[in-house]
Amino acid sequence: MEFSRRDTLALGLGAAALTVLPLRVNAAADDAIAAFTGGAAVGEGGVTLTAPEIAENGNTVPVSVSAEGASAILLLATGNPTPGVATFNFGELAGSQSASTRIRLAGTQDVVAIAKMADGSFAKASSTVKVTIGGCGG
Amino acid sequence: MASGVKPRVKAPKKAAAGEVVTLKTLISHKMESGQRKNKDGSVIPRSIINRFTCEFNGKSVIDVTLEPAISTNPYFEFEATIPEAGELKFTWYDDDGSVYEDSKKIAV
Repeated sequence: MEFSRRDTLALGLGAAALTVLPLRVNAAADDAIAAFTGGAAVGEGGVTLTAPEIAENGNTVPVSVSAEGASAILLLATGNPTPGVATFNFGELAGSQSASTRIRLAGTQDVVAIAKMADGSFAKASSTVKVTIGGCGG
Repeated sequence: MASGVKPRVKAPKKAAAGEVVTLKTLISHKMESGQRKNKDGSVIPRSIINRFTCEFNGKSVIDVTLEPAISTNPYFEFEATIPEAGELKFTWYDDDGSVYEDSKKIAV
């Protein structure tokens, strides 16, 4: 099969779009992080994110987060069409700054938890989850 | 989505004053993400529970903002400090404006 000038151009454009797309997904997650932190630096440590290494079914992936002394925890799935998963705001009667839930993951990706500490600093933890069957329909 | 929504809460009936208790909640809800398409290829509109709160005697325990990435039948497990006898109030807010409530009394 011969490539015409038009085909070659279209192929090139397609390839360019493919390389840009993953970047855009990450940018959405970065935007969500920036909206939560207000642009403040995010440190490491102090946050525990428990997620399975391999999830057979992306429709229900059990995850739990905990961060001692946090006032809020933001949970993100960086590879989902919409990266936001949940925001936990802990009230004055919270027994501990931890919570578990079940989430949907579209495919193998990093799950990120960002905790807002009582002193206004931020800390994050992330965990890679391999997903066998994606959970976003299609 | 007003049909078949049933909140379920697991909480102890008694606690010592100041004790930290674990609460488990589940609500049956299909949590339509707004990403799926039906047979004609049109998008099924989003219909999820977007907020869940738990209060004890009017004081906040937890306030969760839910996004479409939360699974069907949203489940939460968390801990609360029980300073005195009273009532735990759980509230779920649906996209369509419905509010589902449940409450549990705890004796000290």
